[in-house]
Amino acid sequence: MKTSVFAAVSAVAITCAMPAVAEPQAEVLHWWTSGGEAKSVAVLQQEFADNGGTWTDMPVAGGGGDAAMTALRARVLSGNAPTAVQLKGPAIQEWYEEGVLADISAVAEAEGWADVLPASIAGHMMCEGTWCAAPVNVHRVDWIWANADVLEANGIAMPTTWDEFNAAADKLAAAGITPLAHGGQAWQDATVFEAVALGILGADGFKKAFVDLDMDTLKSDGMVAVFDQMRKMRGYVDDNFSGRDWNLATAMVMNGEAAFQIMGDWAKGEFLAAGKAPGEDFLCASVPGDGFLYNVDSFAMFNVDGDDKKAGQDLLSKLIVGQNFQKVFNLNKGSIPARVDVALDEFDSCAHLSAKDMNESSDNGSLLPSYAHGMALRGAQSGAITDVVTAHFNSDMSSADAVNMLADAVANSM
Amino acid sequence: MTEWLERHIPKMVLAPSFIAILVFVYGFIAWTAWVSLTRSRLLPKYEVEGLIQYERLFASPRFDTAMTNLFIFGTLFIVISMVLGLLIAILLDQKIRTEGVLRTIYLYPMALSMIVTGTAWKWIMNPGLGIEKMVRDWGFENFSFDWVIDPDMAIYAVVIAGVWQASGFVMALFLAGLRSVDGEIIKAAQVDGIPNWRIYSAIIIPSMAPIFLSAFIVLAHLAIKSFDLVIALTGGGPGYATDLPATYMYAMAFSRGDIGQAASSAMVMMAVVFAIIVPYLYSELRTKHD
Repeated sequence: MKTSVFAAVSAVAITCAMPAVAEPQAEVLHWWTSGGEAKSVAVLQQEFADNGGTWTDMPVAGGGGDAAMTALRARVLSGNAPTAVQLKGPAIQEWYEEGVLADISAVAEAEGWADVLPASIAGHMMCEGTWCAAPVNVHRVDWIWANADVLEANGIAMPTTWDEFNAAADKLAAAGITPLAHGGQAWQDATVFEAVALGILGADGFKKAFVDLDMDTLKSDGMVAVFDQMRKMRGYVDDNFSGRDWNLATAMVMNGEAAFQIMGDWAKGEFLAAGKAPGEDFLCASVPGDGFLYNVDSFAMFNVDGDDKKAGQDLLSKLIVGQNFQKVFNLNKGSIPARVDVALDEFDSCAHLSAKDMNESSDNGSLLPSYAHGMALRGAQSGAITDVVTAHFNSDMSSADAVNMLADAVANSM
Repeated sequence: MTEWLERHIPKMVLAPSFIAILVFVYGFIAWTAWVSLTRSRLLPKYEVEGLIQYERLFASPRFDTAMTNLFIFGTLFIVISMVLGLLIAILLDQKIRTEGVLRTIYLYPMALSMIVTGTAWKWIMNPGLGIEKMVRDWGFENFSFDWVIDPDMAIYAVVIAGVWQASGFVMALFLAGLRSVDGEIIKAAQVDGIPNWRIYSAIIIPSMAPIFLSAFIVLAHLAIKSFDLVIALTGGGPGYATDLPATYMYAMAFSRGDIGQAASSAMVMMAVVFAIIVPYLYSELRTKHD
């Protein structure tokens, strides 16, 4: 009697489970709400629907993701996590440690992610050996953008060392052109700082300082030299830079008011939207020094109940890393695909350069996470470094003081 | 039955709001105090670890700047708003014809939100757009007013915007106070040939002491919880030169995933409020007993 009841119950359970598998569900929390980004998400939404899934959109705008993270915290604390959340860098592991991330290794292994993603980027998607997130794109952060006409008129080539950059900037300043377009917001100061640090400390030094938080490197003479160069950069910025948004700084380069800008490749979107052609109207190059700083957007999968939601997670992960989405999304967003086997025929010359450098630096170990964009360190540590960088940039603090303050701030943030 | 109702209805009506305040104000204060003793990062944790967050807080140069700024901003904001408010109130008290119109004009800034005030003053004080550019365009090439981008002066720029916003409100408070002084005393003083400034300084202002206290309490809590003004005007910058404890707390809680730091800075802010409010409450309660 007992066995027959058990059999009946399991038969019911199986028949109930069957249709649930057929309809994948996904509730996706993200903060891609502005024009180009929203269009990029719509691509994924469409593809998800075409594969028989039901997508519940949960966009939370504002504060560069701060508002979305607050919403996420509330949802997780109430035991009702979204299926997938736009998360990146060490924040993924931070959430994993709270015990709320799901394991998507089955999909990752079936799709062979380990073979198509650069090793250091794949590392960000793994939580203690299992896959827990899917990468969407690779933004390069250490770009230097320039107005081609301004450089030509002043007889300047794209700088390949910081000395060349300083010489070019002095020449431009003498000609009455602002050498460096910059916005005085803490994250922009940090973006310039890490580009300078990569050039002066080299890939190894950068990794020791901003990934391993090695105290000797943070207090080294090299770091003093980085702050010295930052003091020079401050001199190349115009007087009105405080609080300026990055896209306004990009516009200054476009209009020829300023010659250079150091910014990630989202700046390219501004140039392209204004109808400028890469290589003709504006130039892109990596900042002086070897290496590649990446900022990779990704979706982390949270623990959810129900087979339909788990099926949604699997489908979503598969589509996100799929060739088609990686191509279409990144064409819209200005970044490059995270997987290395996507055909780049439709991408522009800057994206080609980015992809080529990514492959090379991945081979020689200089493919590094951006600290300024939350890829290298947890929020408390990267925030502590940014505090020092922005305090130094916006005052007359000496480089030696800045280095001491940096070491103290990092130690205090642990 | 009616008697029972009469006795208990007030308690029953008050109970929901009493419970709500108990839970949502005092309950969460206790919760924040608890979290401030833990090593909470992204999500709150509940294992008490001691005073580590307070040690980190007081070792942080950024929080140091925030507290110094609160002191500078709070003092100047309260003093200048009160002096300016009193001055305008006395001038308006001279039985002038268009008082109603002028009073409304001065009171209007209070109707704006701090975000609007901050944004407008950001543009007004921006050296490339606002006052500096205007005066230079008039031909005074050496004129300089760049406080908002100077890390040493930026907090004073915040004071200007705050005073502009609040002094009209203080004026309204003082004007009501001036009007409440007994006219007979003033007339008697005038008959005795006492000069006008002496009437104000020796008779009217001393009899307005309670108004001063109210104005002080209102301005003090505006200053301590100031957040939106700084966010709109300078975003805490240049660097973190205009950070206040409230903006520090927000950054820690919502941008950096450091809830322990946020909780400890919130407790320090509350201690500052208590340091001001408790003596006030004490003096209020004592006078009632007399």
